[in-house]
Amino acid sequence: MDRDVILEMKNITKTFPGVKSLSDVNFTLRQGEIHALMGENGAGKSTLIKVLTGVYDLEAGTIIMDGKNIVNHSPEEAQKNGISTVYQEVNLCPNLTVKENLFIGREPRKGRMIDWKEVKKRSADLLKELEIDADPDQMLGDCSLAVQQMIAIARAVDMQCKVLILDEPTSSLDDEEVEKLFRLMRMLRDKDVGIIFVTHFLEQVYAVCDRITVLRNGELVGEYKAAELPRVQLVAKMLGKNLDDLADIKSGHEGHIDMDAPAVIEADGLGHSGTIHPFDLTIHKGEVIGLTGLLGSGRSEMVRCIYGADKADQGELKVDGKPVKINKPLDAMHLGMAYLPEDRKKDGIIDELSVRENIIIALQAKKGMFHLMSRKEMEEAADKFIDLLEIKTADRETPVKSLSGGNQQKVIIARWLLTNPEYLILDEPTRGIDIGTKTEIQKLVLDLADQGKAITFISSEIEEMLRTCSRMEVLRDGSKVGELTGDQLNQADIMKTIAGGDEGGEK
Amino acid sequence: MTKKSFWNRLVHTSLFLPVVCLIAVLLINLIQTPTFFKVSINNGVLYGYIIDIINRGSELVILAVGMTLVTAASGGQDISVGAIMAVAAAICCQLLSGGKVSTNTLAMPIFIAALVGILAAGLCGAFNGLLVAKFKIQPMVATLILFTAGRGIAQLVTKGQITYVRVPAYKVLGGYIGKCPVPTPVFVAILTVIVMQLILKKTALGLYIESVGINGSASRLVGLNSTLLKFISYVICGLLAGLAGIVASSRIYSADANNIGLNMEMDAILAVALGGNNLGGGKFNMMGSIIGAYTIQALTTSLYAMNVSADQLPVYKAIVVVVIVVIQSPVFRKKIAGLSKRKAVA
Amino acid sequence: MAKKAKLSKTSFLLLITILMFAVMYIAGMIIFNDRGFARPQMFLNLFISNAGLIVIACGLTIVMITGGIDISVGSVTALVCMSSADIMQNKGMSAYAALILSLVIGLLFGLVQGYLVTYLKIQPFIITLAGMFFGRGLTAVISTDMIAIKNKTFLAWANEKMYLPFGYTNRHGVTINSYIYPTVVVALVVVILITLMLHFTKFGRALYAIGGNEQSAVMMGLNVNRTKMKAYVLDGFLAGLGGFLFCLNSCAGFVEQAKGLEMDAISAAVIGGTLLSGGVGTVFGTLFGVLIKGTIASLITTQGTLSSWWVRIVLSIMLCFFIVLQALIGSVGLKDKKEKKEKKGKAAAA
Repeated sequence: MDRDVILEMKNITKTFPGVKSLSDVNFTLRQGEIHALMGENGAGKSTLIKVLTGVYDLEAGTIIMDGKNIVNHSPEEAQKNGISTVYQEVNLCPNLTVKENLFIGREPRKGRMIDWKEVKKRSADLLKELEIDADPDQMLGDCSLAVQQMIAIARAVDMQCKVLILDEPTSSLDDEEVEKLFRLMRMLRDKDVGIIFVTHFLEQVYAVCDRITVLRNGELVGEYKAAELPRVQLVAKMLGKNLDDLADIKSGHEGHIDMDAPAVIEADGLGHSGTIHPFDLTIHKGEVIGLTGLLGSGRSEMVRCIYGADKADQGELKVDGKPVKINKPLDAMHLGMAYLPEDRKKDGIIDELSVRENIIIALQAKKGMFHLMSRKEMEEAADKFIDLLEIKTADRETPVKSLSGGNQQKVIIARWLLTNPEYLILDEPTRGIDIGTKTEIQKLVLDLADQGKAITFISSEIEEMLRTCSRMEVLRDGSKVGELTGDQLNQADIMKTIAGGDEGGEK
Repeated sequence: MTKKSFWNRLVHTSLFLPVVCLIAVLLINLIQTPTFFKVSINNGVLYGYIIDIINRGSELVILAVGMTLVTAASGGQDISVGAIMAVAAAICCQLLSGGKVSTNTLAMPIFIAALVGILAAGLCGAFNGLLVAKFKIQPMVATLILFTAGRGIAQLVTKGQITYVRVPAYKVLGGYIGKCPVPTPVFVAILTVIVMQLILKKTALGLYIESVGINGSASRLVGLNSTLLKFISYVICGLLAGLAGIVASSRIYSADANNIGLNMEMDAILAVALGGNNLGGGKFNMMGSIIGAYTIQALTTSLYAMNVSADQLPVYKAIVVVVIVVIQSPVFRKKIAGLSKRKAVA
Repeated sequence: MAKKAKLSKTSFLLLITILMFAVMYIAGMIIFNDRGFARPQMFLNLFISNAGLIVIACGLTIVMITGGIDISVGSVTALVCMSSADIMQNKGMSAYAALILSLVIGLLFGLVQGYLVTYLKIQPFIITLAGMFFGRGLTAVISTDMIAIKNKTFLAWANEKMYLPFGYTNRHGVTINSYIYPTVVVALVVVILITLMLHFTKFGRALYAIGGNEQSAVMMGLNVNRTKMKAYVLDGFLAGLGGFLFCLNSCAGFVEQAKGLEMDAISAAVIGGTLLSGGVGTVFGTLFGVLIKGTIASLITTQGTLSSWWVRIVLSIMLCFFIVLQALIGSVGLKDKKEKKEKKGKAAAA
C-alpha cells in the first residue's frame, strides 16, 4: 500500500574535480514514511542531501516535488519549497530562548515591534502539540541536545515542511533521548511528513524506518523495505559484497599469527569517556591487526585513545611490557608509535608546507626544537621516501596541497616511516585514493609487518582488511564486541559480528 | 611563451611584492628629490636621505621581525608593541637616572638597565602570550589591553614626566660608536636580523611556527605543542619590542612615555603585510617583512619630505593597509577573477 | 533546578558588575564623604562626564553582539570634535551644521568599515585599526593645534543646566538642586531606544542570532550580511553622535582627544556582560560598565594624589579580569557538556 510519492530525484549526477561523487542516483520519498539513507563514508549520502537542499548545484538529473520540477539554489529556497534539514550540529542559536529559536526570522509582530506574547503563546502550543518537553523561555543552550534537535524539527514542521531531512541527528544522543526523538518522528510520519533519515546506526534504522535506500561509491545499490531486508544483507550491501559470494573470497594473505612474539601494545581497560568504552587490546610484534565496524563505531576513537590524541582517562597501557602514561601525542611518538589520521585534510597534511617539510616534520618534532636536521638530512630523507613510495611530485619543495590525494597520503606515510616506529596506526590509509596506490599501500603494510613492526589497520573495505590483517577486532557503538582470528576471518562472519543482534531483519 | 613563464615565475616569487613596492617608493622619491640617493660625509658621519631611511627604519625592522612570528603562529597581530617600547624605555631610563627626572651620571651600568627594560618588555609579551595561547582570546583584543594600559604603566614609571639621561654613553645606541660613520641602530637592526636568521636556521622554531599556524590540529598529532609555540612567539615579540624601545629612547636620550613607539604597531603590521605575509597566519617570509619595514620607512621619510606632519602620517598608512588587506582578501580576488572572466567571455 | 543555575550563568557577569559598581560607589561615599562624594550631584556627574562614552559604548555593544569589534571609535570622536570645532570657529558655520557633519562622519566610517568587514570578509580588527589611524591622522590634517569652540548656540547646548527636583542641602540650610546637561538626556534616550530595538525588533534579534551562531543564522533564513552591515552603520552613527556629545563636554577639538576611548568603550561593554565571542550583551549592562569606569575615574580624582593614568590601568586590569572570567565560564560550559557525554557513555554501558 504505497502512499503518494512526494519527492522524486532522478538520475542525479554530481562530479567534483576529478571525482565522480554521485552517478545516476535515483531516490524516491513517499508521503508519511521514514526513509533511511545509508552508506559508508564516501558513498554519497551527504552529497545527495546537499544537492537536494541546494548547497550544491544540481549538475544533472531532475528533482520532482509534488509533481513539479524544482531546482533549489540555497537551503532557504529549499525551505520555501517545503524541504527542511536538521543536522547533527544543531543549526540554532544557543544564546537565544527556545521560543525565539522557533520563530526567529518570522516573528509575529504588532506594528514594528515583535509581539512577544504571541511568540510565547504560539511556541507553547507548538511544543505541546509535538509533545516536546521544554519551556519556551528556557535558553536553548541549556536544553539537552535531544531537545535542541526536536526544537529544530519543530521549527521546520511549523514552517510547513513536507520533506524533513534528518542528517545523523542521533550521533550525540543517548538511548533515552533517541527514543524521544523517534516518538516525534513517528508522530510526524502520521501527519504525512516524508522523512529522510541519514544515520549509520543499524538498530535505529530498524527501529524507526519503513524503507532503506543504500548508496555505495556514489551509486545507487537499491531501495528496500526495512522489514524485508535482513541486517546482514544491509551490511553486505553497504560494504559492497553479495552475501552469496562471500564464501568464495578467501584471504589472499596467509595470516601468520605468532602469539608468542613479544607484545608491543597491551591495553587494559583503556578508555576515553564520551568516545570509546574501556577496552582490552594486545598487539604483538610483526602483527597486522584490523579494527572494523561501521562509521562511528569507535574504531578511530580506539586508536586515538591509544595514541594520546584523546588522552585516555581510564585504564592502563603497557608498551613493550612497561606501563606508560601518554598525555599527548609526543609521548606516544617517543614510545615508538606513529599515527596516520583518518581525516587527511584536517589532521594530516600541513597544506602550505612543502613535501619535504611534511615528511620530516614528525621526526623533527621528535628530535626537539634545538636539534634541527640539516638541510642535507632533510633532503635525503625526503628523496628516499619519494623514491621508495613513488610519490608523484614535481619536486620535494612543491607544496603538498598541490599533490593528489593518494600522493598526499603517501607523504604522510613517509612522515611516519621516517620516525622508524615500532607500532604504526593506519586509520583509513586507502580512502579516496586510486586502486594502484591502494594495492601499493597494502603491500607496504605487509612488508612492514614482516620487518617486525606492529600495525593497526582501519578500513571501511573489509576485503582490503582480509588481505592484510591477521586478526580483527570488531567494534559497535563505541565498544569492542568481538575478536576474529583464523577461520573466522571471512566476510560473512565479520559482517555478522558488525551487524550484531538480528531482531530487525531476518525472520 | 617562455617570456611569459619567466614573468609568471618572477611574479610568484615570494619577494616580488615587497621588492616592487620598495622600488616604487624609491622611484617616486627619486623623481621628487633628484638628490635622493646622494650620500655624503658631514662631520665624519654618513649623511643623506637613503642613510636616514636605513637608520630610522631600524626599530621598525626589529619590530617587524617579532610581528612576523606572532602573525604566523597565531594568525593575529600584536598591537601593543608601541606601548611595550615605551615601557622598556621608561624602565631603562628610570633605572639609569636613579629615579630622578634628569641625570648627568649613571645610577647603574647601561647594559644592566637596558637588559631589565628588555626583560620587562618580554614579561609584557608573556602576558599577551598567556591571554592568546592559554585563554584563547583573539590576539588583537588581548594585546589591546597593553596597547592602552602600557603607556599608562610607562607614565607611572616615569612619574608622568620625561626622564632624561644626559650621559654621552647612553646616546651611543641611538647615535654613533666612536668615529664610525654608520649610525649604531643600523648595526642593532642587522644584528637582530642575523640572530633571528640564526635561530631560524639552527633551530626548528620557524618550521614549528609555520606548521602550527597552518594546521594546528595536524601539528598536535605530529607532536608539536601549539600553546607553547604561540606563547614563545609573543614573548619574542615582546623582547624585540623592548630592544626597539631602548634604541628609540637612546636616540632622544630620554624616555617619553607618550611618544616612544607612537603609531609603530601600525607600521609593523604594515611591514608584515607588505612583506607578502598572510595576516591570517601560516607560512612567513622574514626577509619580506624586513624589506617591507624599509619600504614603510621610505614612505614615511618621503611623506615628511612632502611636508606631511608626523600626526598626519597615519592617514596615508591606513589607506595603504586597507588596500593591502583588500587585495589579500579571497573574496575580493574571487570578485576580480569573476570580472575578468566575464570580460573574456564578452 | 538546573534551569535556575543556568539562568544565573548568563546574567552572572552582569550581576557581578552591578554589585561591583555598588560596592565601589558606596565605598567611595564612605571614604570620601568629606569631599562630597555622597552628594547626589556626584552621581549625576558620572553621567555628565560620560554621556558621550555611553552612546559610543552602546554602538560598540551592538557590533560586539554580532561577534565583531570596532576600535576606531576613539579616533572618530577626535575627528568629530576637531571638525565640529573647525567648521564653527574657522568656517563660521552653525552648531546645527556641526551636528549634522558629526553624524555624517560617523555614518561614513560605519559604511566603509561595515562594507569591508561584511562583504569582503576582512577581519574587523584590522579594518577598524586602520580606521582608528585614519581618523586620528585626518584630525591632524584639519589642525594640529587645539581649537576651542566659542559658538554661542553650541555653548548654550553645552551649558544648559537642567535642574532636578532634589539636591543637596548645605550647612546653611540652602538646598542646591542637582542638575544635568542635555547630553545626559540624549545618552539615556539612546540607551532606552537601543534596548527597545535589541529586544523588540527583528533586526535586534537577528544581531543576537548572528553572534550566537552565524552559520545557523544563515540557515534560519536571516539576511546575515545586511544585518551585519546595518550593525556597523549604526555603530558608526552612534560613534558620531557620541563624539558630538563628547565635544559638548570638552568644547574643544585637538589631536590627542579621546585617545584610548575605544578601550574605555570595549571595557565598558565587556564589564557590562557583553561576550567578546558575541551573542550575549545588553546596553543596560554596558551602561553599568561605563558607570564603573566613571566611578574609578572620580575615585581617583577625588583621592587627589594618584596620577590619572591609574584610571586606565585599573580599567585594563578589570577588563582583563572579566575577559579571563568569560574564558573560564566558557570552558565551564564545555565541561558541562563533557560530563553529559560521560553520563551518556555510562548509560550506554549499563
